[in-house]
Amino acid sequence: MRYVKPESYEAASALLAAEDGIARILTGGTDVLVMLKAEMVEPDLMVDLKHLPGMHDIAAEDGGFRIGAAVSSAELGEHAALKAMWPGVVEGAELIGSTQVQNRATIVGNLCTASPAADSVPGLVTANAVARLHGPHGTRDVPVVEIPVSPGKTMLAKGEFITSIYLPARPVGASDAYLRFIPRTEMDIAVSSAAVSLELDAGGTITAARVAIGAVAPTVRLVADAGAAIVGTKLDDDAIAALIAATEAACSPITDKRGTIEFRTKTAGVLAKRAAHIAYSRAGGKT
Amino acid sequence: MALDDQAKRTFKVVGTRVGRPDGIDKVTGKAAYGADITAPGMLHGRILRSPHAHARIKSIDVSEAAKLAGVKAVVTGADLAIPDDEGFADIAINCLARDKVFYDGHAVAAVAATSKSIAKQAIRLIKVDYEILPHVTDVDAAMKPDAPAVQEGRALENVPAGMSQNVTTRCAFGHGDVDAGFAKADKIIERSFKTAATHQGYIEPQACLATLGSDGRGEVWCCTQGQYMVRANCAAVLGIEESQLRVISSEIGGGFGGKTSTFIEPVALALSRKSGKPVKMVMTRDEVLRATGPTISASMDIKIGMTNDGRITAARGELRYSGGAYPNETIEMGAQAAFAAYDLEAVETVGWNVMTNRPKEIPYRAPGAPTSIYAVESVVDELCQELGLDPLDVRLLNAARKGTLSAYGPTFNEIGLVATLEAAKAHPHYTAPLGPNQGRGLSCGFWFNFGGNTCVSLNINDDGTVGVVEGNPDIGGSRASISMMAAEELGVPYEKVRTVIADTSALGFNDITDGSRVTFAVGLATIEAARAAIREMCRRAAKIWGIDEDAVLWEDGAAVPAGPNAGTHPPMTLAEIAAVAGNTGGPIAGHHEVNADGAGVSFGVHLVDTEVDPETGATKILRYTVFQDAGKAVHPDYVEGQMQGGAVQGIGWALNEEYIYGEDGRLQNAGFLDYRIPVASDLPEIETVILEIPNPGHPYGVRGVGETPIVPPLAAISNAVSRAAGVRMCELPMSPPRLLKAMTG
Amino acid sequence: MKMIPVETTINGDQTEFLCNADESLLDVLRDRLGLTGAKEGCGTGDCGACSVMLNGRVVCSCLVLGVETQGAEVETIEGMADGETLHPLQRVFIEEAALQCGICTPGILIAAKSLLAKNPDPTDTEVRYWLAGNLCRCTGYDKIIKAVQKAAAEMRAA
Repeated sequence: MRYVKPESYEAASALLAAEDGIARILTGGTDVLVMLKAEMVEPDLMVDLKHLPGMHDIAAEDGGFRIGAAVSSAELGEHAALKAMWPGVVEGAELIGSTQVQNRATIVGNLCTASPAADSVPGLVTANAVARLHGPHGTRDVPVVEIPVSPGKTMLAKGEFITSIYLPARPVGASDAYLRFIPRTEMDIAVSSAAVSLELDAGGTITAARVAIGAVAPTVRLVADAGAAIVGTKLDDDAIAALIAATEAACSPITDKRGTIEFRTKTAGVLAKRAAHIAYSRAGGKT
Repeated sequence: MALDDQAKRTFKVVGTRVGRPDGIDKVTGKAAYGADITAPGMLHGRILRSPHAHARIKSIDVSEAAKLAGVKAVVTGADLAIPDDEGFADIAINCLARDKVFYDGHAVAAVAATSKSIAKQAIRLIKVDYEILPHVTDVDAAMKPDAPAVQEGRALENVPAGMSQNVTTRCAFGHGDVDAGFAKADKIIERSFKTAATHQGYIEPQACLATLGSDGRGEVWCCTQGQYMVRANCAAVLGIEESQLRVISSEIGGGFGGKTSTFIEPVALALSRKSGKPVKMVMTRDEVLRATGPTISASMDIKIGMTNDGRITAARGELRYSGGAYPNETIEMGAQAAFAAYDLEAVETVGWNVMTNRPKEIPYRAPGAPTSIYAVESVVDELCQELGLDPLDVRLLNAARKGTLSAYGPTFNEIGLVATLEAAKAHPHYTAPLGPNQGRGLSCGFWFNFGGNTCVSLNINDDGTVGVVEGNPDIGGSRASISMMAAEELGVPYEKVRTVIADTSALGFNDITDGSRVTFAVGLATIEAARAAIREMCRRAAKIWGIDEDAVLWEDGAAVPAGPNAGTHPPMTLAEIAAVAGNTGGPIAGHHEVNADGAGVSFGVHLVDTEVDPETGATKILRYTVFQDAGKAVHPDYVEGQMQGGAVQGIGWALNEEYIYGEDGRLQNAGFLDYRIPVASDLPEIETVILEIPNPGHPYGVRGVGETPIVPPLAAISNAVSRAAGVRMCELPMSPPRLLKAMTG
Repeated sequence: MKMIPVETTINGDQTEFLCNADESLLDVLRDRLGLTGAKEGCGTGDCGACSVMLNGRVVCSCLVLGVETQGAEVETIEGMADGETLHPLQRVFIEEAALQCGICTPGILIAAKSLLAKNPDPTDTEVRYWLAGNLCRCTGYDKIIKAVQKAAAEMRAA
């Protein structure tokens, strides 16, 4: 394996594009080093990007925030303004692994590993987050929801990598929340998960809602019907029942060592309900 | 060796909370564990393992691996001897398979190379031609007559009709007329239970550094619970003499029974013999989980009859354990322990062991007992629920006590079960209020405890300090407790004593650190060795004073004249006697060799409150209290530590830990990510209550304490969860999918 | 494979080493620098026994490449005591019997020290969650949590 720290984004994409063997990008390393250890992948080229400009920045932009690809989960959690605006996104990022892993893991790495159980992705999806890609043909912006295409696979072209994630501005009376189910209290991969992002009017009625679920389909899934089920409501019992029904209907999980189809489906609905209540309360709604 | 007259003894050192002698090394990173040392010219060993659950090895071609630059030796099963003794032969074929692989992870070949990465590449170049055979990993399936035979020719002599050739053991215990007892019952409950295999989960993977010459002389440094056991296994498997093999035990990073066997040491020695160089081998976590020993998996039927006022009239258990791919005797201990907490008129326990395509079982803390007692204590709890009786009162009513004919044969001497039950009943935890979705459970626990072969040598140094040499790796602070007992007996401060652990060439044979035996048996031998040294010191003082040696007594660390004709000599301290030992007959030492008896059984009671989430099946442990009879607690901190650590291992077993096999017979969760041992945030404070009912078989009344605490948690938590969830749980672990399914139907 | 030269600072000392590109910091510390206080319990970031400080943050050294530490500051358990004076956490761990086998102890001490640097007065729950990535199989964590709290109180009073 060759280890390279390119001097620019352009040099990085040129290196990646030119590599005939297996290339991997290193920022936090908390997934790729595990794969190395398990001999699941033996890269020919490891490209370290975390020293490049902007990679470690959390910058205010158009009322929202641009997060560099090498910003760790811990750094996200320490950013008070970001956490106030997108608490659900940050709590997803802060659930990835242990304290030690938090200090290295990045939401971009979490996204690019393309696991359906990735903890930070449902929150980014409900936030309408947009990834900025750099590649041999320049830069392009792609909604986060479109990045993973199947377990372990992204839509990134050869030579392309993500340089930052953009979280848009929020109106007053908006918030989000993320919950996952794990057997222990820490250190597990999500068996199911749900993120909910809401906007409320002054009276506490939901005017916009996005719901995303994880670990219940080949990729993190945005559930439009679930969002629609609670728009125009104050999360009354009927709305919650509709939310749960729409969420469960969107699940197509597998049974494996971590959970069954039935369990994943049932808990995804429960988590969507609970996350909706948390997001509603954070947004200033009173139930 | 009997209990000293307790009325006379006021302990000065024993019972205090002194600092541990290995403390500074362990908090500064200096302590040397299995993987922490190197040797000049050392090679790195690595093992190729079977990806199949069951297969015939048609051929192994190592030629490409041997040709790789940097590879210095390659070995296969043919490089190890197959000893006549069946137990050693099983170890040999488990270290490196011969004609068949028995489980996913079974070692097939090994290489030694100049670097870890070359070794890794080399094992990929070994070509193994497998003929895949049908496999079986479930204990009940393995017992059916049409099950694939894991090993031929190992079955019980007379396997009953309807059972398979995988059945290797049948055992039965009990007394009284069970059918007549059931006829007297007002309520009978009969239930079937299953428990998953779990792993000891020590954080330090097996590791060793071995060297062996063509002359048959060798040395092994390794993390083990028994250096003498490693010596015996390696000598047998390599066909060398024990005298020529020196085994040194490193600091040990946890064992819990899991390091009472050998996996890599014989392989490293074979590689060293072939390459002529020292070979270091360190297991990965994946290897530890796939190829070292987990505990048994179990399937159990329990039937208990009870009168309306809570008297048990009869009990019957049928236990089916699988100890993996080899014959295994853990079932005997499980069957004996099952009903040990009860004074029963009629009881019958039948146990079976059956082979499956799983790794060779290695003891895990109180091997066999947690599962059988889980099943029994679950049925007792359900009877209490059904009859509206207090579960502690029912246990007190039926509790085994001094004079009880135990369910496995012996009559109990002084035991602490009633005292622990009464302590639990008096504790505020037992009557604390519970909220919605919360439930309280309790269970008794039992362990036999063990004494065994022990040697101790105790040296009086010329500066008045003391060296104790013992032969059992220190797994829970035993160097401190041994030093404490030596100091107590000699009447010197704890700080004056240093206990070290001998290698196999420095002290006679010792059984492994198991059976909660070390503080009891090594302590007993240390006290006797100290007494031998005291007798010698009294002789020396008598010689100096010119009086009869019978006229000298040992008091508070000094020889004093006693009796009418002894004169008025001032006391001579240990240090004063030691300083002039060269003039009075030479160095002073005491030693003691014993096969210690009288370990004294141990009982505990655990009390737990849980809350279940009715929507997700998640269980939270809210409050946990451990009550245990420790005999005399030599170092209370370490006794509490054993009680807390055992309880938490049991919590893991009850809720999340399990070996998960796929349809293909492969282990699916060979890592700490999905083999889920409890983490700090899963747990509340683990409160402890030590009871000290002296063991009549030890001079200070010491009992083993290490194993009993893993026994009660399984049933205590299952009972708490069953009450909280409103549904009786009969399978472990009670993982959230399983619990949610039980709750929602 | 060509080895790569790396210059770094370990426990305050300028250190140079050569390593392969795919070698973890843990392997470098243990195999090349003789710093065996960090332990490999899993090699996959699940047990925390290899915890070290990297540029002021606690990380699993098994999940860091050796080459990544070029120009970095690394602190290991070997640098925690000041000569013969133990760090309060180290001393209290011995006093409170917060270790049994001791294999997880270096990692837990490093992680606990990083917690107290960030939050000198944590709740028990905060200590438990901060240390959730440090597996201990001997103690049931009880005495560890109590020792961290006792050391924290001492350090606050100092």
